[in-house]
Amino acid sequence: MKNWRKHLGVILPILVVVGLAIWPTLVDSISVREKAFTILKAVALASSLNILLGYTGYVSFGHIVFYGFGGYVGLYFLNEQGWSIWASLLIAGISAGLLAFLLGKAILRLRGGYFALATIGVNEAMKALINNLDIFGGPVGMTLNFKIYKTYGGAAEALNMAFYIMAGLALASVILSYLVRVSKFGLGLLAIRENEDAAEVMGVVAPDAKTWAYVLSAIIPGMVGMLFFFKNGNVEPHVAFPLHASIELLVMVMLGGQGTVLGPILGAFAYQGMRGYLVTSDFFKDIQLSVSGAILLIIVLFIPAGAVGWLRHRFAPLRRVLP
Amino acid sequence: MQQLSLLLASLPDGVLLGFVYGVAAMGLTLIWGVMDVINLSHGSIISLGMFGTFFIFVKMGINPYLGLIPVAILGLLLGIVIYFIAVHRIIDAPHLSSLLATFSVNMIIIGVATAAFTTSPYNVDFNMGTFDMGFTTILGTRLIAAIIAILVTGALYLFLYKTRPGKYVRAVTNNRAAAELMGVPSTQILALSFGIGTMLAAISGALIATFFPFSILSGAHYELKSFVIGVLGGLGNPVGALFGGLILGVLEAAVPAFMESSWVPVIEFGLFVVILLVRPKGLFGAKE
Amino acid sequence: MTSLLSVEGVTKRFGGLQALTQITFDLPEGQIMGLIGPNGAGKTTLFNCINGVYAPEEGRVLFHGEDVTGSKTYKMAKRGLARTHQIVQPLEELTVRENVVVGACFGRENHSLSSASEIADEVMEFVGLNARVDQLAASLNVAQKKRLEMARALAARPYLLLLDEVLAGLNPSEISGMVEIVKKIRDRGVTIIMIEHVMKAVMNVSDRMIVLDYGQQIAEGTPEEIVNNPQVIEAYLGDPELAKRLMGDD
Repeated sequence: MKNWRKHLGVILPILVVVGLAIWPTLVDSISVREKAFTILKAVALASSLNILLGYTGYVSFGHIVFYGFGGYVGLYFLNEQGWSIWASLLIAGISAGLLAFLLGKAILRLRGGYFALATIGVNEAMKALINNLDIFGGPVGMTLNFKIYKTYGGAAEALNMAFYIMAGLALASVILSYLVRVSKFGLGLLAIRENEDAAEVMGVVAPDAKTWAYVLSAIIPGMVGMLFFFKNGNVEPHVAFPLHASIELLVMVMLGGQGTVLGPILGAFAYQGMRGYLVTSDFFKDIQLSVSGAILLIIVLFIPAGAVGWLRHRFAPLRRVLP
Repeated sequence: MQQLSLLLASLPDGVLLGFVYGVAAMGLTLIWGVMDVINLSHGSIISLGMFGTFFIFVKMGINPYLGLIPVAILGLLLGIVIYFIAVHRIIDAPHLSSLLATFSVNMIIIGVATAAFTTSPYNVDFNMGTFDMGFTTILGTRLIAAIIAILVTGALYLFLYKTRPGKYVRAVTNNRAAAELMGVPSTQILALSFGIGTMLAAISGALIATFFPFSILSGAHYELKSFVIGVLGGLGNPVGALFGGLILGVLEAAVPAFMESSWVPVIEFGLFVVILLVRPKGLFGAKE
Repeated sequence: MTSLLSVEGVTKRFGGLQALTQITFDLPEGQIMGLIGPNGAGKTTLFNCINGVYAPEEGRVLFHGEDVTGSKTYKMAKRGLARTHQIVQPLEELTVRENVVVGACFGRENHSLSSASEIADEVMEFVGLNARVDQLAASLNVAQKKRLEMARALAARPYLLLLDEVLAGLNPSEISGMVEIVKKIRDRGVTIIMIEHVMKAVMNVSDRMIVLDYGQQIAEGTPEEIVNNPQVIEAYLGDPELAKRLMGDD
């Protein structure tokens, strides 16, 4: 099957995700499952952000707003309206996508730093807004009615199910990322990233393309948010819209290589792994943020294309294989 | 009418606070205007300024207003160091690079400070009395801080418009390549500008420490306000930043008279996004 | 004969600066029109008004008889108008092939990736970049980047091609090569407007010429007419003898 070589770019990432998904069963460990869950969540979020950041070149510092908003909406329907988890996931994704569509129409005409700032403003505004909405529980947030877990066979079963759904979302985000990357739509995004004005002169309808990129980058995070809050059993405004988490996403995408399919996945893996190590190590625990910061600084200054990006630059044959 | 008297009572405080917000924002907007870099370590440096006042006053017993001088100098030096380590190399790279570079500096500072100071609140209890104005009372600390803020703004203005280095800063802001051709040492000017920006952040932190308890994470709160003010006042426009600060201070004081104070951030950030969309050059125009 | 492009009284102002005043001409299909004039005369501004970067304050632009004044650039591209830029704008981090495929995909014919790829191969061969298809655009030299810009524009199979100083910065042999390419493009039926400063080249290639000075249209006609026009000589060419030299040598 000679064709497999062409699609290595997506096969590798898929293998990583599948590996993460079956790892806990292989070692039969709950703590490993929790670790894997965190990594898969990061993979899903980073891959989605990559569609906007890596392909289209628009830096969003507040991308976590879709995670929080979709999460809130989904949890609301699950908890207060008694919808099934599948329907709630769907509405979480759709509402996040809708938010992206409306927001995009407004803020995607800003460029560079202005766009980045606008995304921060949107995230903070949304956090403050939800803080005031009683329907979402205001500052106290919403707590999951734990009886809901029984619908899925009890708490332990529900958490296990949540794990596999997260793995599914991670897989979906990888496949989506790949499909966009190799499509004509994706090529248009890359052109926008390189030179938006020149791309328009060549016929790329930038406003529409950017809006769709934004929407696609928001849907899965919305679902991830809902799933996470479902598993955690509650949600509060400052937990749902953590600005620093948004920035960590950026770090993961940059670390692995923005604009590539595999990059964000490796980045998510490496970053979460590093964090996990730092948090448990006695020496580094207190200054883990500083260590992460120092690593990020070194990457930004010396390897801005990230690991996969650097490989692609150095080894031309890899370009076809690692899109 | 109760609302009106509530409003009148809180307005003076809002105005005074607004001056200090303005100084904080000035630091951010200056750097942004001069070198098109959004300094995401702004917040942590404000926090360092707060700690500076704490150590100078609580640990060393020196008047915090005198203590502003060493805090300012340290802020300036810190900024120059940050410039050369994190910013200089990527000064002409796409925005994402400088955003992430300054953010990583932010992470480094917060990490070290958390290890050193933890995230428990610190307090600078400095009483300068109160002034009774009939319809409201004003805290002495607020009044003095506002006066200092105005003086600092004036000093910055004099620096930019009446001194040679200041002229160079404006030249580099306007057109760096042209300035270099005319012999302006742009690297040094950029480093100096960055240092002035961080110096202003540190000063504002030092002043805010006399108002509220704080921790290393408090600066982020004022950094967000600085973004809003920077956009309101116009990029790179220090006087605009002062007015932007006043607008924000007044807004924060006025809104609670009419609705729950928890709506203040919604209005702040909503306004922020709206201005970005409608008048990105700010209400007072950006420095070209 | 209906014109491919009609520019009627186009006037463009930037604040107090009058960049273009009442520019008017018709361009029939299959012609090469040379657009010349001193620096700052408004030539690139005119291109920008035609392809949608700017909307003129007054006047109309008609393409295939339709009023397209102020249409967005991507709409003009879909109508079959392509252009190159004075300062080349390659998509740096994409390969040469990917650059050209973008042109083919999003231009008039709206190709899929696979058929765009075939067109790209053909066009890259045509401009002589086929040895460099997998190189990153950023790694090309100026002359190659200009060819890439041309290839990208051609891949869109435009009806009208606007060339902005494609010969600038090239050495004499590169210039001859590029002029040959321009002639071959015209032979394929593409209408061309060329902004140029390399007088000998543009005079020899153009069917008609228009001269701009300070935003005004000071002359229009065949190369012979232009070169002997006293206003043109005064404003731009400088030397009446030059005319003879330009038209004499070939």
